[in-house]
Amino acid sequence: MTGKHANKVVDSVAAALEPIRDGMTIMVGGFGLSGNPEALIRGVALRGVKDLTLISNNAGNLGKGLATWLHANIIKKVICSYIGANEDLHTRMASGAVEVEITPQGTLAERMRAAGAGIPAFFTPTGVGTVVEEGKEVREIDGRRYILERALHADIALVRAHTADHFGNLRFWRTARNFNPVMATAAKLTIAECDLLVANGAIAPDDVHLPGIFVHRIIHVHEHENAFEYRTVRPR
Amino acid sequence: MTFSTEDMARRAAREIPSGSIVNLGIGLPTQVADYLPSGHAWLQSENGLLGMGPFPFEGDEDPNLINAGKQTVTVLPGGSTFDSAASFGMIRGGHVDLAILGAMQVSAGGDLANWAVPGGKVMGIGGAMDLASGCRRVIVMMQHTTKKREFKLVQKCDYPLTATRVVSLVITELGVFEPTGHGFRVIELAPDVTRERAELATGAPLVDP
Repeated sequence: MTGKHANKVVDSVAAALEPIRDGMTIMVGGFGLSGNPEALIRGVALRGVKDLTLISNNAGNLGKGLATWLHANIIKKVICSYIGANEDLHTRMASGAVEVEITPQGTLAERMRAAGAGIPAFFTPTGVGTVVEEGKEVREIDGRRYILERALHADIALVRAHTADHFGNLRFWRTARNFNPVMATAAKLTIAECDLLVANGAIAPDDVHLPGIFVHRIIHVHEHENAFEYRTVRPR
Repeated sequence: MTFSTEDMARRAAREIPSGSIVNLGIGLPTQVADYLPSGHAWLQSENGLLGMGPFPFEGDEDPNLINAGKQTVTVLPGGSTFDSAASFGMIRGGHVDLAILGAMQVSAGGDLANWAVPGGKVMGIGGAMDLASGCRRVIVMMQHTTKKREFKLVQKCDYPLTATRVVSLVITELGVFEPTGHGFRVIELAPDVTRERAELATGAPLVDP
C-alpha cells in the first residue's frame, strides 16, 4: 500500500490528468493569463471530459488559457470573480450554455482558504448591502453587519509553480503565485505544473512557498507561452 | 476651466499620507502613481504585490509581474509578492490605509456603485467589493456626470451597489466633494467652475464647506 505522497512526479500530462472525470469540480490557478498551468489546461481540453465546474478567478481571456475549455464545451458552470473582456464567456453566459456564479475576489480566495483549513463557513463584511448578500445568512456582530460565506472545495486543483521538488514543495514567480497556493489547499487532489524540477533539498525549508503536503502529482513542463494581456512599458 | 485628469490625479495624490499603503483602482486612479514622490507610499495590487513600481522599461516586461489591471509593472526594492488569500487578508483585515477607486455612482450617504451598469454586460466584481468594504479610507476619482450628462453624484444609487457608506471623498473634473449623508460638501471647486455649474451637475444638494 502506498499513501498519497509517494512517486508524485509523472512523465506526461495525460498521466497527470488521469484522475479527472466527467462532472468534477476543478480549480485552476492564475490571474487572467498570468500563472496558468498551461499544459494541464491544454491537456484537459484534449482529454474529452465534460460537464466540469470550473473555479478560477477569470475563465481565460483573449481566446487563450481557460477560454479553450469554453471552446471545447466541457464546462457547465463557472465560479469566478471577473469576466471583463472575456467574450467567450459572455456569449455562453448570455445563451445559457454555461452557468456563471460571480463572487467577490477576496471572498473567493477566503472560501478556498477556509476549505483548506477545515473551516466550513465564515462571516465577512464584503458584499453586505449588495446582490452578494441575497439568500445568505446575515448577522450583526459588535454593531457591524456580516454575511455568512461557505468554504469552497474542489475535486482537483491544477496549479502552476516556478520550481517544484520531488515531494511537491513549490516556489512561485512574482505575481504568477495568485490563487495557485490557496487552491492547492482546497482540493482533494492537486496537480502541479512546474517550470523547474529539482531534487528534494534543493529548495531550502525556509524558502518553500507551499509545502508538498498540498501537492499530489507533479509534471515538469519545459516550455511555457506566458502570454501578455496588456504589455505596458515606458521608454528608456 | 475644469480639472484635467492629470489635475485630478495630482489632487488625489495630496490625500495620500507619507508612509501609507494605497491600492489604486483600475483606470483613472492608476495615474495617481505618477504624482507620488519616490518612496512616499507603498502601492498594493490585489493580485498579490506590495511595493509596485512603474511600468517596466521596454524589453524588461515580464508577463508574470502584473497589476490587477493585468498590465505589466515592476516591483520596487522592499516590495513583495504573495498569494491571493494573503493579499485579500491585507485588504479585508484593514491593513490597507486607502483605496482610490473609479465609480459609476456615489450617493450622498457615501454608498458606492462601481461594478455593474443596469442592463449592461456583467463584467464581474473582481476586488471592488473587498477594497470598498475593507480599506480604511475610500476616495473616488471619476467624471462628474456620464457622457449622456446623467448624474453620478446622486441622492441614492440606482446602479448595483459595491458597498454602503464607505466613500469619504469624491474628486471630479469640477472639484472635490465630501458625502455628508444629506448632500455633498464642497471642499473645493476647479478654477472658474461656479457653484451653480456644480449644482446643476449634481443629483443631490451641495452643502457649504
